[in-house]
Amino acid sequence: MNPALKLIAQRLALGALLLLAVSALIFAGTQILPGDVAQSILGQSATPESLANLREELGLNEPALTRYFDWLGGILVGDLGTALTSGADISEAVGKRLSATLFLASVAAVISIPLAILLGLVAVRYKDRWPDKLISASTLASISLPEFFIGYLLIVFFAVNLGWFPSLARINDGMSFFAKLEAVFLPALTLTLVVLAHMMRMTRAAILNVMQSAYIETAELKGLGSFKIIARHAFPNAIAPIINVVMLNMAYLVVGVVVVEVIFNYPGMGQYLVDHVSKRDVPVVQACGLIFAAIYIGLNLVADVVSILTNPRLRHPK
Amino acid sequence: MASDTFLDIRNLKIGVTVREPGERPRDITIVHGVSTKLEEGKVLGLIGESGAGKSTIGLSSLGYGRGGVEITGGEVWVNGRDILDLNRAGLNSFRGKEVCYVSQSAAAGFNPAHKLIDQVIEASLEHGIMSKPEAMARARELFAALSLPDPDNIGDRYPHQVSGGQLQRVMTAMALCPKPDLIVFDEPTTALDVTTQIDVLAAIKNAIRVTGVAALYITHDLAVVAQVADEIMVLRNGETVEHGSTKQIIEDPQEEYTKALVSVRSITHEEKVPTDKPIIEMKNIVAGYGSGPKILDDVSVELHPGQTLAVVGESGSGKSTLARVLTGLLPPRSGEITFEDRTLTPDQKSRPREDLRRIQMIYQMADTAMNPRQSIGTIIGRPLEFYFGIKGRKRDEKVAELLDKIELPADIAGRYPAELSGGQKQRVCIARALAANPDVIICDEVTSALDPLVADGILKLLLDLQAREGVAYLFITHDLATVRAIADSIAVMYKGRLARYGTKTEVLTPPFDDYTDLLLSSVPEMELGWLEQVMAHRKMESAGN
Repeated sequence: MNPALKLIAQRLALGALLLLAVSALIFAGTQILPGDVAQSILGQSATPESLANLREELGLNEPALTRYFDWLGGILVGDLGTALTSGADISEAVGKRLSATLFLASVAAVISIPLAILLGLVAVRYKDRWPDKLISASTLASISLPEFFIGYLLIVFFAVNLGWFPSLARINDGMSFFAKLEAVFLPALTLTLVVLAHMMRMTRAAILNVMQSAYIETAELKGLGSFKIIARHAFPNAIAPIINVVMLNMAYLVVGVVVVEVIFNYPGMGQYLVDHVSKRDVPVVQACGLIFAAIYIGLNLVADVVSILTNPRLRHPK
Repeated sequence: MASDTFLDIRNLKIGVTVREPGERPRDITIVHGVSTKLEEGKVLGLIGESGAGKSTIGLSSLGYGRGGVEITGGEVWVNGRDILDLNRAGLNSFRGKEVCYVSQSAAAGFNPAHKLIDQVIEASLEHGIMSKPEAMARARELFAALSLPDPDNIGDRYPHQVSGGQLQRVMTAMALCPKPDLIVFDEPTTALDVTTQIDVLAAIKNAIRVTGVAALYITHDLAVVAQVADEIMVLRNGETVEHGSTKQIIEDPQEEYTKALVSVRSITHEEKVPTDKPIIEMKNIVAGYGSGPKILDDVSVELHPGQTLAVVGESGSGKSTLARVLTGLLPPRSGEITFEDRTLTPDQKSRPREDLRRIQMIYQMADTAMNPRQSIGTIIGRPLEFYFGIKGRKRDEKVAELLDKIELPADIAGRYPAELSGGQKQRVCIARALAANPDVIICDEVTSALDPLVADGILKLLLDLQAREGVAYLFITHDLATVRAIADSIAVMYKGRLARYGTKTEVLTPPFDDYTDLLLSSVPEMELGWLEQVMAHRKMESAGN
């Protein structure tokens, strides 16, 4: 068997195993949270009898292990359970929210990844000259500012003063793609500014590292121009470290959007999670946690697999 | 200037700025006004030891300075223009078109991410010299001319999929592809095994003859350059020592330094008769790493007290593994090591300290075998403390005594490894081994990283020490000239097995087995026309092919 395929199969199996471990952790974590769901649903005026009835009804008296496997079994067939507070089906509610969050994250990714890599390439080409310093300084400045500050700054300029984009990122099913794009532009830009510096600096460092190689000298002595050397000879050998940091940032985009969604009042996963944590709605929190974990593990898997595929020694064994 | 002079270097001066941490940057001149001319289709050999400036001069004909090296004076005329006046775009317009470069390590010089063929034709396409199909066709022709196997398809492979000797030939094809006027060969065969080296050398020589390209051939090995060059320029410390036709340099050298280079490896050593009782006997050793294949298969050798057993073979033959087994770093899968008249514990960790003391080791890279933050005195003094508990002033006296034995001044004890030359560092490593007062020293390729004259000095020292101290050497090397110089008995290894074993006279007297014959005939000799004779009489292919 091709060693690359074997490695990829290994990674996938490990990813699945990791997800299983995470599900157990999430379940255990929510069990030791202080407070009682029945109590918080019924409020202060609950009688002991009604509390006991509700617990029985919610299945809270079953042993934890039984409840864990019930929950896990449900997930495997796509049933995330029902929210305690509203009685709504979680799968349905999460589906909408998740697609909204993924849309926002994708827009941010489509802007930030090519931009970060391009800026990284330019920084290498003009290493230690003013374009490099300008790129480094401005991306570092943007990563140093907290998201909520950047978010409000963008609202002040683009929404309040210039009036180009809406300050609230409301989207619904009836909107056209471009209308949605316009709605999420400011939150996407905020996210871009947050993740740009990390990816750009890693691109720069990875390529500069490769630029020390003897084959770069070979390329120079062939009379190739600087940008061709960087793009054709250095970049392909720097993909593995770059893809890793890109995927880490993608995971951050999906998982870490909570603050940005709140600023722009965007109906995504982040807001949904925050709402239900405060209501102590355990099934929803568990479902959200598991989805975030799955996305995080999935993206890192992609990074691993791409790293393996870009290694010619693994792709083309002797 | 004459129209057929392609390269004209006039009074070239090259400098480098050294920035050592904690010190102010210093400007050092490494080439002091060298001039030479090269006519179309001629091959000029640049020869000298490390630091002679030969690579730097070679790269200057591409207007390139490696690692902060700068051309500070003089002129370099290529095809009728001074390339030192050109800007980056001007340099790019002739690099890879009029002048091409073949580096010492093709394994590092090829981009691992691209197929060979794409890299071979890249310069031709970049400079618009030919169309892609034309370039592909030319590359295949060149692969065939360089006797590469399967010339039509080898280009579709990636660099890691072909052997080192093949890669070096592909790199030569890459340099020839855009039909340049000049190729700079920078030690193209130095990193190869001796049997592979002559294949590559023959292929390069043939390619030069067929294409009529001019070449600068840079090497530290006079015997190698004598096979390919029309003229030879001998360099030392950035200055020209002697410049003449190859015949004149080899047969009638004028300068003392050139004479020394020509007569290098002329050490003679009277072979000693094996004693009745070997100090070390390795019996039926089978060894390998992890669960991998056998690296050593049924190897039995004897080492006699005060004598030298040379273990010789190409890379991958298992000779270094034999040393690892003897030191106990790699316990054998089966087989036994007898030390004097008892069995030696296979695992180094459980050997008594006295056994560790009596078997010492010297390594190929003296640089990495010493702690750069310890002074020479500390490095040599450490075994004195560790094995004998000698401390303080007594230790310093002992260190001075040891330094005297290796012919270095006593005040060197206060200096650090980085301040010493390559040969001096290797001498310090010898002193460190001697400090333990051992019975056996394992020498693993101890001269292969050194310049020929320096290596000669080390070999003389080792022989001298053997005569005085009675220490036995297990001497691992790929260089047969070294073996001739110092061995009492020889073990020739091939793919993990003993191909031939016996006293020096037995092993080096015909009739030979095919492998020993190949190995012996592959050692370049300081003689014109040697390469042609050897290639005509070869019986088997080298293992690296």
